[in-house]
Amino acid sequence: MIDIENFYEAKSVEDAITQLSHDEKAELISGGTDVLVKIRSGRGEGMSLVSIHEIPELKGVDMLLDGTVVIGPATVFSSLEKDPVIVKNFPELGEAAGTVGGPQIRNMGTVGGNICNGATSADTGSVMQTLNAVLVLQGPDGTREIPVTSFYTGPGRTVRAREEILTAILVKPEDYIGFSGCYMKYGKRRAMEIATLGCSVRVRLTNDSTGACVLGDVRIGLGVAAPTPIRCRETEAALKGKRADDPEIYRLIRAGVLNEVNPRSSWRASREFRLALISELSARALRQAILRGRGEGEPGAGYFPPVEEGQDPREVPGA
Amino acid sequence: MEYVGRNHTRVDALGKVTGEAKYANDLCPRDALWAHVVHASITNGRVLSIDTSEAEKMPGIVKIVTCFDVPDIQFPTAGHPWSVEPAHQDIPDRKLLNERVRLYGDEIAAIVGVDSIACRRAEKRLKITYEEYEPIVTVEAAMAEGATPLHPDLRKDNLLVHSSFLMGKDFDYEKAKAEAIEKYGEENVRELSKVYETQRIAHCHIESATSWAFVDTNGKVTVTASTQIPHIMRRVISQALGWPVGKVRVIKPYIGGGFGNKQDVLYEPLNAYLSIVCGGRPVCLELSREECMTQTRTRHSMRGYTQALYTRDGTLLARTLDNWANGGAYASHGHAITASTATVFKDLYNDRIGCRSDGNTVYTSSATAGAMRAYGVPQAVFFADCLVEDICQREGFDPLKFRMENCVGKGFRDPGNGISYYSYSMKECMRRGANLIGWEEKRKAYQGQRGVIRHGVGMSIFMYKVGVYPISLETSSARMVLNQDGSIQVELSATEIGQGADTVFSQMAAETTGISMDKVFIISTQDTDLAPFDTGAYASRQTFVSGKAVKKCALKLRERILDYASYMLKRPAEELMIHDNNICELIPDASQAVPEDENALYADMLDVDIRKFDIHDLPSGEASILRDTGKIPGRPGKVLLSMKDLAENAFYSLDRSEHITAEVTNHCKENTFASGCCFVDLTVDMAMGKVKIDRIVNVHDSGTLINPSLAEAQVHGGMAMGIGYALSEELLYDQKGRPLNDNLLDFKIPTALDVPDLTVEFIQLDDPMGPYGNKALGEPPVIPVAPAIRNAILHATGVAMDSIPMTPEKLVKAFDEKYHGDFS
Repeated sequence: MIDIENFYEAKSVEDAITQLSHDEKAELISGGTDVLVKIRSGRGEGMSLVSIHEIPELKGVDMLLDGTVVIGPATVFSSLEKDPVIVKNFPELGEAAGTVGGPQIRNMGTVGGNICNGATSADTGSVMQTLNAVLVLQGPDGTREIPVTSFYTGPGRTVRAREEILTAILVKPEDYIGFSGCYMKYGKRRAMEIATLGCSVRVRLTNDSTGACVLGDVRIGLGVAAPTPIRCRETEAALKGKRADDPEIYRLIRAGVLNEVNPRSSWRASREFRLALISELSARALRQAILRGRGEGEPGAGYFPPVEEGQDPREVPGA
Repeated sequence: MEYVGRNHTRVDALGKVTGEAKYANDLCPRDALWAHVVHASITNGRVLSIDTSEAEKMPGIVKIVTCFDVPDIQFPTAGHPWSVEPAHQDIPDRKLLNERVRLYGDEIAAIVGVDSIACRRAEKRLKITYEEYEPIVTVEAAMAEGATPLHPDLRKDNLLVHSSFLMGKDFDYEKAKAEAIEKYGEENVRELSKVYETQRIAHCHIESATSWAFVDTNGKVTVTASTQIPHIMRRVISQALGWPVGKVRVIKPYIGGGFGNKQDVLYEPLNAYLSIVCGGRPVCLELSREECMTQTRTRHSMRGYTQALYTRDGTLLARTLDNWANGGAYASHGHAITASTATVFKDLYNDRIGCRSDGNTVYTSSATAGAMRAYGVPQAVFFADCLVEDICQREGFDPLKFRMENCVGKGFRDPGNGISYYSYSMKECMRRGANLIGWEEKRKAYQGQRGVIRHGVGMSIFMYKVGVYPISLETSSARMVLNQDGSIQVELSATEIGQGADTVFSQMAAETTGISMDKVFIISTQDTDLAPFDTGAYASRQTFVSGKAVKKCALKLRERILDYASYMLKRPAEELMIHDNNICELIPDASQAVPEDENALYADMLDVDIRKFDIHDLPSGEASILRDTGKIPGRPGKVLLSMKDLAENAFYSLDRSEHITAEVTNHCKENTFASGCCFVDLTVDMAMGKVKIDRIVNVHDSGTLINPSLAEAQVHGGMAMGIGYALSEELLYDQKGRPLNDNLLDFKIPTALDVPDLTVEFIQLDDPMGPYGNKALGEPPVIPVAPAIRNAILHATGVAMDSIPMTPEKLVKAFDEKYHGDFS
């Protein structure tokens, strides 16, 4: 049994905001896969919950006429993973959703919860960073839009006020058209894991004046490399415009990301081990993103991919 | 054989797949009270006071008892048969609740309330004061000069037991070395010393340790519990309460896994006590996953200091082991598990001069170690087979060839306990395993690899006795009752714990009685008021030991049925037999010699002649139920009478009414060894510390299989468990002994995606000791997996990992030390 004082099933976003404003001890619950675990462990026993689980307008993925993709925050991971708009335009977000927990968790847990929980290990968190996602928050005083890159304020902390509800996640066309990417999750096993490290790399391959394939744009998002999900902007800038078949880009990314991260030591993994993973995983994710941009990538990567016969994960594509 | 050796569907399959099968908690009345155990928030010390006054005022609280209220009785918890010799009895070192706190989370009070929330809210209002001592969570800390003894009433320091086994009379390593140098010359004698470590793990059975208790109208306390050992639990509850055994009743329904954790008595005596102090009301005590992982039992972590002496051409001469086992806060199974480690370490290889195998079990202020699948032998084989592999690696020996030449041989007899191989196919298992994995080709193909991705093959072997005779008692009873329609009930106290025991016992009963499987109804629930005595599921004993009771009982029932048939048909019983639910004429068969020829044929094929076995100590007389006991000297002829007509007559005949039943006890005084091996082919990503198992093969010699598909499933489970032991599982604690990963997210058992396809094969030789030629299989599959994986990683990378689990972080660190990031 879980110690909950009251449970309210909100009928609409406004209804939920009203309830949260009325009851200072109430917290928002969507899928419950983080909130209930927290209460069971003794943090916040006896609290009240306001549920947004039954509000249809918060679910599903749409595309606006201008190409902006609108992700309903109450969309569960298993729906996100298979959503045709996601699969067609930025499948790495669906792949990240597919690495969360196990099937039961993915059928309950939501993408909005994954972001609002504020965890650096959130699998969709590092992909959202590379998508420059914009979060729409609605509260008693109206609506505001916050880029995901300035959403987090610390471990488990975000700019969201207690009575604010995330009503939409927006991805603009300039952030996905022409891009290819991948998400690699490093866990100790291949399911039922919280990421030891999460790495999202997205690239836009273009041709330079000589016709050579170059990195027109590069985005690197990391989870568990710092107290919140982060971008490695200096490394991105250093890689921009470099030839995609130049082995140098891998040396650049390996060394570069290390200057932009700050992982901590815990009993789950030491700082040294996480640094080693950050370097190696970023390079491999970049390679996979380039391969995919060239139409040669492995589909369905997500969990740090198994080694296939004859494959060298350090081989430079096109070199 | 008609029923034995066939892939019958599990008798409990339907109930289990539909969810109809009832487990302990399903049977608990919905209005039962909830019991909540209060755990100490210190690691080592003493409870000075517990003020319950505020907590008792909380709504929904019925009763609070503390360590100051419980009976002043210390009791043992091990699921061992009781010994009538005081020197061999288990160590009584705990009370229902303990004032002396010996590990973080030790049970110091219990709250009974209407539900778990009421209890948890009350717990926050308890005022507890402690006197705190320095935590002594490691063997080193517990054995250090001046360390606080955890059980000063029983031991002067924290050393529970030290034991030493010798192979070779008066064996001494230094003398052996001198002898070797004299015989082989100094330049031909080589030595290697290594230290290996294994970790503490949790069993992770899916069903928590759970029970509920009430006192019936006759004043008998009844505990329904998820246990492997109902009759032992009854005895322990009686000891813990100071009640006579007759006033205690234990009921064991279906259980969701045990793996040895439920071969111990856990909170069931406390549960019984809580019902008693609540006026006999039903009280449910279900542990949370966290409690289950830290407050029940664990596998012993061990550190083995090993030494080997061998010749330059690959002959093993001598070995030593000095093993230190962390036994945790309470004795549980005492030294038995560490002794089992020592025994198998010395037996597994044929040291030409001798071996000394020492074991120490140490009390520490950490989670209690107890029985877990294969009882100390996974550790023994990890020590033995890492040592052998490291010798091979150093000298360039082929590990398969070295094992073939130095492993325990045919006809081996342990000089200490007398247990012998009666059927032996260790080497045949190795040959088969090597073929399946492609040993020779792959050992060659994987030479001189470069790059970040590397491949390796490795192997390991094991041996395992069957049950505990003669170290301890082996006894089992069975009852069979004939129904009016010619069907039978079979009742045992050997327990179904998910392994398929009910199914194989039903097959045995059908085989020996001649009554078909669909008419054999096994009673799965054990109720100690009804079910005849057996000690339960452990030691891979039941198909062998309890199987003998089933066979003996079936023979007796058969005899009684034929006696009644003889009366009805007016023909001598010797001319009759039961076949396919009918009484038939027995046609004496002249070709009875065939089995021997078959054996000879089979033996030729396997390079093993089982007819020429030196069967020493072969027990004789009525009590021994062996493979050949009860063989029918003929085949069925004309049908004379149906079982249904016979049974109906036996019940209702006005001339001779007889309720045909049989009940027997079989005191088992036989043992034998099972053996086998594991081969692994794997890929290592050295930069990531990731190991991918490409192929894994277990080959087992467990004698004749009663149900091959159930046997294969049993091996699958063990292999998966072994993969977790090798690569990911470990209970972690902080420096003060507080658990860090007491949940299934952070304690990494392999998921379905982490377990590759598993290849299982058997070499089936009839063992003369088994009731149907069978021997142990339950525990062995887990044994050789971790060392085989470790040895394959060594082959792939040249890095010898000397401690498990071989986590990515440990691997990356080790690879870095050797290669400094340069894998080219």
